Amino acid sequence: MATTKKKTAAKTATKKSASKTSPSKKPAKSPAKSPAKSPAKSPAKSPARASAKSSAQTAKKSGLPKDFMSAPINKGLSKEAKIDLYRTIIGIRRFEERSLRAYNQGKIGGFLHLYIGQEAVAAGIVSLMEENDHIITAYRDHGHALAVGMSMNECMAEMFGKHTGCSKGKGGSMHFFAPDKNYWGGHGIVAGQTPLGAGLAFALKYKGLKGCAVCFLGDGAVNQGAFMETLNLASLWNIPVVFVIENNGYSMGTSLKRSSAEENLAHRAEGFDMEWEVCNGHDVFEVREVANRAMVRARDAHKPFLLEIRTYRYRGHSVADANHEKYRTKEEIEEYKRTKDPVNLIREQLIADGTLTDGAAKKIDQEKKDEAEAAAKFADESPVAPRSEIQTDVYWEVDNDTDNKLKGTYFFND
Amino acid sequence: MPLITYREAVKQALDEEIQRDENVCIMGEEVAQYNGAYKVTEGLWEKHGDKRVIDTPISEAAFSGLAIGAACLGVRPVVELMFMSFSYVAFDQLFNNASFCRYMSGGLMNVPIVIRGPANGGTNVGATHSHTPENMVANHPGLKVVCPSNAYDAKGLMKAAIRDNDPVFVMENTLLYGQKWEVPEEEYIVELGVANILKEGTDLTIVSHGRCAIISLQAAEILQEKHGINVEVVDLRSIRPLDEETILNSVKKTHRAVLVEENKPFCGVDAQISHLIQFRAFDYLDAPVHRVSAIDAPQIYAKDLENWQIPNEERIIEAVLKAMK
Ligand SMILES: Cc1ncc(C[n+]2csc(CCOP(=O)(O)OP(=O)(O)O)c2C)c(N)n1
Ligand SMILES: [Mg+2]
Repeated sequence: MATTKKKTAAKTATKKSASKTSPSKKPAKSPAKSPAKSPAKSPAKSPARASAKSSAQTAKKSGLPKDFMSAPINKGLSKEAKIDLYRTIIGIRRFEERSLRAYNQGKIGGFLHLYIGQEAVAAGIVSLMEENDHIITAYRDHGHALAVGMSMNECMAEMFGKHTGCSKGKGGSMHFFAPDKNYWGGHGIVAGQTPLGAGLAFALKYKGLKGCAVCFLGDGAVNQGAFMETLNLASLWNIPVVFVIENNGYSMGTSLKRSSAEENLAHRAEGFDMEWEVCNGHDVFEVREVANRAMVRARDAHKPFLLEIRTYRYRGHSVADANHEKYRTKEEIEEYKRTKDPVNLIREQLIADGTLTDGAAKKIDQEKKDEAEAAAKFADESPVAPRSEIQTDVYWEVDNDTDNKLKGTYFFND
Repeated sequence: MPLITYREAVKQALDEEIQRDENVCIMGEEVAQYNGAYKVTEGLWEKHGDKRVIDTPISEAAFSGLAIGAACLGVRPVVELMFMSFSYVAFDQLFNNASFCRYMSGGLMNVPIVIRGPANGGTNVGATHSHTPENMVANHPGLKVVCPSNAYDAKGLMKAAIRDNDPVFVMENTLLYGQKWEVPEEEYIVELGVANILKEGTDLTIVSHGRCAIISLQAAEILQEKHGINVEVVDLRSIRPLDEETILNSVKKTHRAVLVEENKPFCGVDAQISHLIQFRAFDYLDAPVHRVSAIDAPQIYAKDLENWQIPNEERIIEAVLKAMK
């Protein structure tokens, strides 16, 4: 009993000190808990939106409801740039829907972690990338891949295990890479990518390049040791990395409440003397507004940042997760879809501000459906890599040994 | 040729490579201001500064993974693990990320990093600090691993490892750090995948690597003197890539083989070599292949017992005499 009491006391203290730096009184628990209660455009009512170190500034702002579309970073967007955001978001949605069908047809094997519901996060952040910015993420990686400009064909073909896939069928759904687009994967081990994200940023600093690395991870991934080690290292060495926790409320079947003692995940930054902020992930303009601050700071001041973005996934953890309506209610899912769907939201926003007509929006939607359909056909008709390819792309030196100079045996089959 | 220590040889390699390529940097615990837990990096921080010689917190997973991420953009980090035993807390970074990123990206990536540090027992420190994981590294396609047995190889292999465009583990040995060998002043490289015949012989082949190769050489000398057995000693130097031809040629000449390593026997490096010999030189063998490995238990603390647990001259001689019967 005594132990339990002590524990509770300690917990309360943590929350108290956290809320001291936070302008809001009641920390939000999970985006899923009260999806309807915090309207999209009002940061004031979104209780978790807070910045520890710029709290004065945020407090000033937080008194007013905010239209993120008119924030400086968004106001200057051209019509075409805004339409591009819509195109990316709807493109991810249609690609994911088509890949789900392919999975159900048995064309895609293994795991399929769909990004449906989270589209505005990748789309928003990637739209802020500059020449020397790099990104890296976990296994829920299709959205980021399409956002950086990877083609639906190469992505779909990868999942079909085909030679025309982005990794020649050697990586699969969880392991998409496009170094030429500053996209470094696609990583299957929870939080395994987080030290690499810091490493990308370390290299920028080492080489004297102005840029940042954005490293995405899930709300479950925050509890991995490697991530916590990396937070410390990033802050200690002033590495320009922005960690983006895509907090969709669940790690597989475990709700945030059941996995993290302090549910405000970004507060962990405090322990590492790092800046942090929390925002919603369904409005791409909000994502851009907040992430821009983090990325600018990383680039300009060589400082890391921990950004928690509250989002939601509509489908199960992976397509194989048939239980996802057991650990959360149907109502919870429907409520989010009804009030916060990122695709609907940007469409409405762009129609309202005259960027798009309903017809133009439908046309883009249809184009993306067609593109996804064509990608499935492309993937289906593509060949599997020849068996000889099993042993290529293992060692750079072997692949590039054109004049046969290498010594010794590299592969050990009889 | 100057006689220098193994430690000095490693340091020279690091120093020269830092000067040769601005992308080469060293990171690890105590490598800079403290001059290295084993003084391998002594003086390098003073000479090259904070940018090139970097002290890390005790976070092997974070700094190993950071090195991989940095390598994506052209940095060529040399990561020191205070003991190779500590690779276990960075296992995911080293054995998933360093090894497989290239493959999973269909060849779009490569990871030019070096992981170096001592991997040996015989130091009276118990099971957690006595690992020899070259067999585990070699079990991961995408990784390379070398085990220099002397100062000349340590310097040459280290330089080759740093210039290599794949992840290379360099397994050093604290018991060798203070020993001296002749090392030329002029620049040289020891290529990966090339074994070295430490002693030519006609009666039996010992295949070994790392410090065990040196002990095998001493055992071979005793065998020659006391038993009139002329043993050939092959020092693998590189485990993956592996110089299979040198092993096979030697066994085909002597018709007998004893394999000596500090690894625990189950799936040790020599399990692979043993398979190689029976598969490719079966008809040449006059006796079964014998193995001398660490006695199969966690590394024991007690010094006298540990000295018996890892291969020593006595155990090697015993095995050779059996194989000669
Ligand atoms: C080290 C490790 N442990 C467990 C898993 C299995 N696993 C894959 S995803 C996942 C949940 C992670 O959830 P979260 O970080 O919130 O990301 P999300 O799936 O919600 O995007 C688990 C347990 C894994 N891939 N790696
Ligand atoms: Mg999650």
